[in-house]
Amino acid sequence: MVRENDVKRLLMLGAATALLAGCAAQGGGGTKSASAAPKAAAPGMNKGYSHDPFPSTYHAYPGRPTLITNVTVFDGEGGKIEGGQVLFRDGRIVAVGQSLDPAGADVIDGQGKFVTPGIIDVHSHLGDYPSPGVDANSDGNEATAPITAEVWAEHSVWPQDPGFARALANGGVTTLQILPGSANLMGGRSVVLKNVYARTMQGMKFPGAPYGLKMACGENPKRVYGSKGRMPSTRMGNVAVNRATWAKAADYRRKWDKYEKDGGEAPTRDIQLDTLRGVLSGEILVHNHCYRADEMAIVMDMAKEFGYQVSTFHHAVESYKIADLLKANNVCSAVWADWYGFKMESYDAVNENLAILDKEGACVMIHSDDANGIQRLNQEVAKAMAAGRRAGMPITPEHAWTWLSYNPAKALGIADRTGSLKPGKMADLVLWNGNPFSVYTRPERVWVDGALLYDMNNPKLRPVSDFELGQPGEGDVK
Amino acid sequence: MRGLKTLAVLMATAAALPAAAQDVVITNAKVVIGDGSEPIDGGTVVIRGGRVVSAGRGGAAPAGARTIDAGGRWVTPGIVAGFTRMGVVEVDGVRDTDDSSAANSVFNAALDLAPAVNPKASPIAINRAEGITRAVVAPDARGSIFAGQGAVIDLGADMNALTKPRAFQFMEWGETGAQRAGGSRAAAMAMLKNALFEAQAYRRNPSSFDDRGKDALLTRADAAALVPVLSGQMPLLVHVERASDILNLIELKREFAGLKPVLVGATEGWTVAREIAAAGIPVIASALADLPISFEQLAATQSNIGRLRAAGVTVGIGSINDDEARQARLVKQYAGNLVALGKIPGAAGLSWGQAFAAISSLPAEAIGMGAEIGSLRPGRHGDVVIWDGDPLEIGSAATSVFVDGVEQPLVNRQTRLRDRYLDPKEGTLPKAYQY
Repeated sequence: MVRENDVKRLLMLGAATALLAGCAAQGGGGTKSASAAPKAAAPGMNKGYSHDPFPSTYHAYPGRPTLITNVTVFDGEGGKIEGGQVLFRDGRIVAVGQSLDPAGADVIDGQGKFVTPGIIDVHSHLGDYPSPGVDANSDGNEATAPITAEVWAEHSVWPQDPGFARALANGGVTTLQILPGSANLMGGRSVVLKNVYARTMQGMKFPGAPYGLKMACGENPKRVYGSKGRMPSTRMGNVAVNRATWAKAADYRRKWDKYEKDGGEAPTRDIQLDTLRGVLSGEILVHNHCYRADEMAIVMDMAKEFGYQVSTFHHAVESYKIADLLKANNVCSAVWADWYGFKMESYDAVNENLAILDKEGACVMIHSDDANGIQRLNQEVAKAMAAGRRAGMPITPEHAWTWLSYNPAKALGIADRTGSLKPGKMADLVLWNGNPFSVYTRPERVWVDGALLYDMNNPKLRPVSDFELGQPGEGDVK
Repeated sequence: MRGLKTLAVLMATAAALPAAAQDVVITNAKVVIGDGSEPIDGGTVVIRGGRVVSAGRGGAAPAGARTIDAGGRWVTPGIVAGFTRMGVVEVDGVRDTDDSSAANSVFNAALDLAPAVNPKASPIAINRAEGITRAVVAPDARGSIFAGQGAVIDLGADMNALTKPRAFQFMEWGETGAQRAGGSRAAAMAMLKNALFEAQAYRRNPSSFDDRGKDALLTRADAAALVPVLSGQMPLLVHVERASDILNLIELKREFAGLKPVLVGATEGWTVAREIAAAGIPVIASALADLPISFEQLAATQSNIGRLRAAGVTVGIGSINDDEARQARLVKQYAGNLVALGKIPGAAGLSWGQAFAAISSLPAEAIGMGAEIGSLRPGRHGDVVIWDGDPLEIGSAATSVFVDGVEQPLVNRQTRLRDRYLDPKEGTLPKAYQY
């Protein structure tokens, strides 16, 4: 049974051979052709099957050309302008400077206030572990097998999670990556969302953002599967299962590459291995939950063995111990400011993790992994910055902002579109009512693609999800 | 041999005693009393024999006292963490190190957390370094709505952590209470009333109260433990979130007039703030819980504390279900956020002085210990912190911490690891040799 949408998508692939691949995707194992028939034509690289079967339908909301004046600007890439101005129009940043032409723009006098790029959280479970956190809504871990690279977090995202509104209004978060949980060694694909409510997940999906693969080291996979009496039950078991899986993926990749290049009979589709093929070809970015330094070092060698790159270690509580190694391998760390001690592998946390990594020249960013923490990532960076300064590392606030937007954008492969206030980029930005590294500061207005989606002073510009409608506290200042 | 043994015993005894309290005078300070008032510049704090003698303008230094010039910096009472499980858990994920709950015990209300407190638990040293000097430490309920008797501890670096053992009884109510009681709120109410009736029976005639074991849902020891709760000698801390559950508790006070309930969590408290205030029930609330994370927290908002306070409720900050074994230090940040909230139209925040009181005197008052800890009013324990900036502002650090007038070490595992790895590369010997 082929649904209408499937047919449309297959047709969009443009070639008759795509239909053959489509048939293969139905589990038929490829169309049998008469032995005398000529070899089927090659579909071309990466055209054997759709890589985007759930395409984004996100659209920017209308905005007004706006000039914000008299503000301190952190541009997200380490730049700072006092008494600065930011101009945006048609959803894009036009310019950042000090004497911009206000013609045709609404002017906001931001005296004493700050403008920054919108915050990007590289690690969130909003939508797949939403509020209310009842079992019926708990959709973040497919904890039934250690390898579930075939599941996609986007298929769990509930776009009515009230947490999106809090992250926007209290946190100034404009983009976020939703990851599967960490029960599994390979937990599935992530999805990058614009923090704009929509009726569907596709309506929130960041257009063109690469997928991620969530992987997990350490305690969680070995505990979850060891307790079920199956592999892995140890850290060495974790690595063994991973390597066996990568070996299989390499084989799958070779077969599909050959078929797409040379044609012939299409290999059998395997949705799990599609994801891993995407990693090996560099199309899908690896986001690896990993706490301990020694385990990260092993993962980086495993990545070399199979020819993939880890984008980012998440949580990375011990990254500070191997900052030089992480830098040499070009792997980022996404960390908390001060979480520690909740499990054995988080026992060696230090408040200076972020600062030491930064000092050593490794790529580093803040992350939340938490529906409350995502509302205060600016404060988490303030803590990390202060800890670093006290330990003798000079860190400027404008540099620290790279940990909140530009570095996460790089880790997600979207730094060419958002994450800093450069002309032509998405107008994803926050006007703060004071220094955003002060505890006494709150977002005053938040724009996504130039559309004003939160205004502290306008109760009607405060999103209320379907779930909260008609409930106690609807529309309250949260 | 015997001599050695005696010496060892002596040393152990010495280690168990708190270090001698000093007389300390801190001058030229921006003094925060902790009672809700705003800071006083050019103030002096006088500690004698481990207790506060005076704080504010003026104040005579006792002869021979150590004098510290604060150089205009902030000097405050130590932070009181209003709800924690500090000192009874080392690593949450390592069950052997977690004494917060006892799912397989036949006892419930009788459980006394005091012997489980380990003054050397690493969260105590970590939080001490951030200016937390006292903590309310509660057990966690498993086989009953009653979790047992919690303690108030200090975070000093000695082996005597207990400020007040058996300081309160802790009880789960609402959704968790319903689960613990067998499946519904009705079951929780029946369990609570049954327990209080049993305690009344025990109180009437302890010698005739037979231990009927677990079949009675309450052992003799549990019934005995609830006697001071009945009379109000011991406050009953109740974790409750939903407005209707709060009203049920208020109603219960009519039947059991002696009860001194203290609400913990109280996410929807603001919707029944007037009733809570009228009943004179204090609250130890979660400061920033603003998500409808359960159906008993639908009305969650960060304005909860501000609105409760505006209605006249005594409300401090606690951290239930919020890394309570380790992260008490975050209450400073939480309090600061409540100050920021005041600038948002429609929200209810706190003034700076009120916010600081919410993490010092108010949690102490909520559990009836305001005369002992939580402020620099005369007679309180000499818990004082000197800060390098506004203590509610992120990035400010405690530079000196005193507990009972004794200056405390501020090093801990985390500072040691930091020092070892400030330069992550190995030197002429492995890192294991660098300490």
